[in-house]
Amino acid sequence: MTTALFYRFAVMVLMLMGLPAAQAALTIEITEGVEGALPIAIVPFASEGADALVGGDLTTVVAADLQRSGRFKVLPQTDLVARPTEPSKVNFQDWRLLGQDNLLIGSVKATPQGYEVRFFLFDVLKAQQIKAFSLPAQAATLRVTAHKISDMVYEALIGEPGAFSTRVAYVTKPQKGGASVHTLWIADADGYSARDVLNSPTEIMSPAWSPDGAKLAYARFENDHFVLYVQDVATGTREIVANALGHNGAPAWSPDGSKLALAMQHKRHPGDPGNFDIYILDLRSKALTRFTEHWAVETHPAWSPDGNYLVFTSDRSGRPQIYRKALTGGKEERLTFEGAENDRASFSPNGKMLAMIHANSGEYRVAVFDLETGQLRVLTDSSLDESPSFAPNGSMIIYATTFKNAKILAAVSVDGRVKQRLSQEGRVLDPAWSPLLRTSQ
Amino acid sequence: MRALKTIALLALPVVLLFGCQSTPEQPAAGKAPELAKPKTEAPATAKPDTGAGAGAATAIDASKGAKADAGATDKSAAPGALKNTIYFDFDRFDIKPEFREAVLAHAAFLTKNPNATVKIEGHCDERGTREYNIALGDRRATAVRQLLKLQGVADKQIATISFGEERPVALGHDEDSWWQNRRAVFAYR
Repeated sequence: MTTALFYRFAVMVLMLMGLPAAQAALTIEITEGVEGALPIAIVPFASEGADALVGGDLTTVVAADLQRSGRFKVLPQTDLVARPTEPSKVNFQDWRLLGQDNLLIGSVKATPQGYEVRFFLFDVLKAQQIKAFSLPAQAATLRVTAHKISDMVYEALIGEPGAFSTRVAYVTKPQKGGASVHTLWIADADGYSARDVLNSPTEIMSPAWSPDGAKLAYARFENDHFVLYVQDVATGTREIVANALGHNGAPAWSPDGSKLALAMQHKRHPGDPGNFDIYILDLRSKALTRFTEHWAVETHPAWSPDGNYLVFTSDRSGRPQIYRKALTGGKEERLTFEGAENDRASFSPNGKMLAMIHANSGEYRVAVFDLETGQLRVLTDSSLDESPSFAPNGSMIIYATTFKNAKILAAVSVDGRVKQRLSQEGRVLDPAWSPLLRTSQ
Repeated sequence: MRALKTIALLALPVVLLFGCQSTPEQPAAGKAPELAKPKTEAPATAKPDTGAGAGAATAIDASKGAKADAGATDKSAAPGALKNTIYFDFDRFDIKPEFREAVLAHAAFLTKNPNATVKIEGHCDERGTREYNIALGDRRATAVRQLLKLQGVADKQIATISFGEERPVALGHDEDSWWQNRRAVFAYR
């Protein structure tokens, strides 16, 4: 029994009709796909007693999610030989002939409260139903429902949680001829429904999600230095949490959300050169503890998922490299020895890898570093990458890069095989992928 | 004494001209070598201070809402002959010999005018992370501060500010633009 693998480059612009697309949506191009992605056929869901487009709209989002993950090859709608909308109408032979491993069908039914969505997922080769699910939906939050379905399909077939219901925070800087405003945005992980959470005449830097996804910490330039804010995502209320005389930046949340590690330049008076070191701020007591004390520049702290140590950047060896130190104190151990510089480390969700920016012969590229083996692997071939951030399911890394003279976001799978460009007008910087959000929005 | 000072001031432009000619860079051991690009343009002469002025003007526009003195550059407060921008090698913050005289000229002005204050801006090119570049920009501004203080300028006359890579004057992605962004700017109120 063979399944013919159709290798396709999917260069896709997501323009979805009928679903709310807020201003400044990111458009997503998949630039390289992976052989071995699971072939899946998705039949547009039936729309029963509902707006005739709603079923198709829903499945378009699901198809885009699965394709974008790089783990699936979604059969183009034009190749669908049949359009069953309930299990009794499925003829598995149709799908075997098309070389599909899996089939997803379903329906959307209008109810007094909104919609009822049902879907059925099949293993074509075994001619078996894998999953059947029914969930309520609202017209205004149809995309949220679609992403939930994508998560369930992904988990059923890949065996890991999907990251489709997550969000991305990022910063845009003013463009020539455009408004002179810096903006902090939150968008869905597929780039849709972007909304501005802060507009500022001055720079915004280093957004970081709290572990519960409810807050963002970030640095903002005020007067003559950066200060650190924590802002509630839902309400927009914010407060300054660090305002030392010198620099306050690079916030990193502890896994339990109670503390922030940050880079702070403590000056005793304005004329004091001060030094850049890592500090830890207890958000409840406001107690500030110094974590590193070294004449070199220390910045970009990151907490291990088990909460036991920080990694950070230090240039004590001459150029930035990554170091590790236990929260309980002790030795500051250098981790990276390859390349001219390594900077801005962040942990994979399972704590086994670091994503970082690796520079060698002038190229700045996203790399992953295996904490067990000490091996470093470069994932991109661009030249001015910045701020890599793991997806909360560990499958992909989003980062900022320079492409055709624009600053855009891009994503790469952890094995480096799937690459995507997410672009937007403006200069896009500092992407931060949210945690897996458990809110049932 | 006064005559000597007058001669020194008159000689300044000449000194600046000689001080700005390109000198071959010797990268220090352990540092990434600079692209071998002769800087034939002496920023104070061939390239007018609009470079620094543009940087300061951008700072003013972008600082709307920030304190008024944050980016204000009242260039009429500083003698026109002074060069307001000096440049640095990649990843370095030491003041290069060819720019030393420029800094000393500002020191001379400041020591003669003890009520005058200057804000030193430190800037970087886009390579490296935004956060790390705040620190590098700060080191550049601080290096200028140290040299000014050595010449007798009072601490309270000097403020430093780092913009990291945030306020480039040149937007290209190669050394043609990068060298212009690796700078410290003297901004007088």
